[in-house]
Amino acid sequence: MQNKVNKYLRSEMLPHIWCPGCGNGIVLGALTRAFGLLDCDQDNTVVVSGIGCSSRASGYLDFSTLHTTHGRALAFATGIKLARPELKVFVIMGDGDSTGIGGNHFIHAARRNIDLTAIIFNNSIYGMTGGQSSPLSPLNSKATTAPQGTLERPFDLPELARAAGATYVARGTTYHANMLTQLIKNGADHKGFSVVEAITACPISYGRRNKMGNGYDMLLWQKEHGIPVERARKLEPSEMEGKFAIGELHKSDAPEFTDIYERFIDEKQINHREAKKA
Amino acid sequence: MKDVAQLARLMQGNEAIVEGALAAGLRFFAGYPITPSTEISELLAERLPLYGGKFIQMEDEMASMAAIIGASLAGLKSLTATSGPGFSLKQENIGFASMAEVPCVVVNVQRHGPSTGMPTAPAQGDVMQARWGTHGDHAIIALCPASVQESYSLTVEAFNLSEKYRVPVILLTDEVIGHMRERVVLPQPGAMKVIDRKKPPTGLEKYYPYQPGEDGVPSVANFCENYRFHVTGLAHDESGFPTTNPEVVEKLINRLNDKIMEHVDDIVLSESWLTKDAEIIIVAYGAVSRSAKKTVKEARAAGLKVGLFRPITIWPFPEKEIAALSRQAHTIIVPEMNLGQLKLEVERVTSGRSKVIGVNKVNGELITPGEILDAIIKL
Ligand SMILES: Cc1ncc(C[n+]2csc(CCOP(=O)(O)OP(=O)(O)O)c2C)c(N)n1
Repeated sequence: MQNKVNKYLRSEMLPHIWCPGCGNGIVLGALTRAFGLLDCDQDNTVVVSGIGCSSRASGYLDFSTLHTTHGRALAFATGIKLARPELKVFVIMGDGDSTGIGGNHFIHAARRNIDLTAIIFNNSIYGMTGGQSSPLSPLNSKATTAPQGTLERPFDLPELARAAGATYVARGTTYHANMLTQLIKNGADHKGFSVVEAITACPISYGRRNKMGNGYDMLLWQKEHGIPVERARKLEPSEMEGKFAIGELHKSDAPEFTDIYERFIDEKQINHREAKKA
Repeated sequence: MKDVAQLARLMQGNEAIVEGALAAGLRFFAGYPITPSTEISELLAERLPLYGGKFIQMEDEMASMAAIIGASLAGLKSLTATSGPGFSLKQENIGFASMAEVPCVVVNVQRHGPSTGMPTAPAQGDVMQARWGTHGDHAIIALCPASVQESYSLTVEAFNLSEKYRVPVILLTDEVIGHMRERVVLPQPGAMKVIDRKKPPTGLEKYYPYQPGEDGVPSVANFCENYRFHVTGLAHDESGFPTTNPEVVEKLINRLNDKIMEHVDDIVLSESWLTKDAEIIIVAYGAVSRSAKKTVKEARAAGLKVGLFRPITIWPFPEKEIAALSRQAHTIIVPEMNLGQLKLEVERVTSGRSKVIGVNKVNGELITPGEILDAIIKL
């Protein structure tokens, strides 16, 4: 398995830039193993990312890779996928990247149900810029720009994705790394807009300020607070207080955008030829 | 072979841009509606699918610019069209296309500003935004059509230059030219030269996507065609991966500039009209150059030696040509629908050799031939 998976990494680009205790490497590992399970064709796959610590992952992956501008990864990916629907396209983003500056692109990619697999590295903070609050920072959590704790409610990312039209929505954590691998694989197998939220630890810019301990402690926190969705559904809201469901949260079937467009082209061309004949 | 009369059509400037883009091989358009550019979107929504091409209305202008860069990297000739406010929103990703050397064409049908200004009124206020709108040093090409016919031919030229130099090219038109209807004769299919981006040789053991050729332009492959590589807006070396090595970065930024500036003779287009004996030269572009032509006629009729120089390429600026004219003309008049943006460039390259006078109007109305003539009479 390891050999099958190593080929997906640009090992000459390692070591990575991430801090000690950062969970991004675990998400990258899960993603790489998912490529292995998918037997992913490196020459027909594009990995697009935004800007942030997490978005540096595209540089470590041996595909056609595109490291874009902050928040816009999904819009670049939409151009690639619509131009060449035969390509498999993965999109890597941070929580600020995907739901702050890129929030509009996120809901519109979901609305279109375009066949992209989006993996959001959710570390609850703006990591690359040193710990400012993000739209996914929990209420009252501390950040450099929220020294007394954030006054704003966060998004529930999977709910946002589902409501906007995403047809595959899952959430995993770096503690549940095998589950995360499987969720990414299932998301990629699904035709349509797939969203996998990966809860990951930023001990330096989030954990320290919020007294959550080191990377190891934060993994244990994920273990204790991530409740498998089958169990979560049976619990009372009060019992889920402060916890979150993990697993496959939503799956549905809907026409996929680039498929619709290809059919539209075919029909238009046929009609045009017939109109010309007549 | 049809004769010219059969090929002649009455066409709007924005419509001619669409025809030119399709003739140049356009296969992908992403845009967001904005007056006075919207006709370009509307026509392409209808036309592109017939060519097997793709049209998408994105959620905003940042997304439109991003989508055309993605599609271009995937191998399709790509276009977006907008006006002032939307042009501002595209700037960050225009910089990405400069840095990552992704061919693409951006139409800006200029309207009055700043801000929402007067949406249906013409202006030429985006001359400097076209040059410096995105942050950081970078080269750019901007072309300025003055007729419907030229809206067609310069769109083809914009694609050719963008493919050849791997640079975003701005077609900087204006509301007058975009919405005006004129008689045009479109060239026969295939009559205009169409340039496609060069491709790297196949079978290279190690591929350096950003290694420049002799012309300073790299052969970046289309995605998923023979090579796997990395594209980033971060400063990068020839392998395409990020670097902060000062020497490598210095070389990169200079090359991005030089690949354009060392080819100005190939890039810069201009028109000189009755300039040979002229003592007064009008430098005008876009819609205003049409008024200026009339001014020249009237001035000549009154026995004044006046000529017109029309930059067709405004970026890079036709420095050599205007410097030469400043050796012969005592006065250069620069009428613009802004407060004197290109005038700054004219002053720079004439180095005080000629007197440079602006005729400026920012009320949403086209400058008239009489207004330019008044400036001449006042001399
Ligand atoms: C337009 C723009 N605004 C701001 C920035 C600065 N910036 C870089 S990364 C970042 C936030 C990163 O946070 P997130 O997206 O959550 O990713 P992380 O670094 O935590 O993985 C910001 C604000 C930028 N690069 N571009």
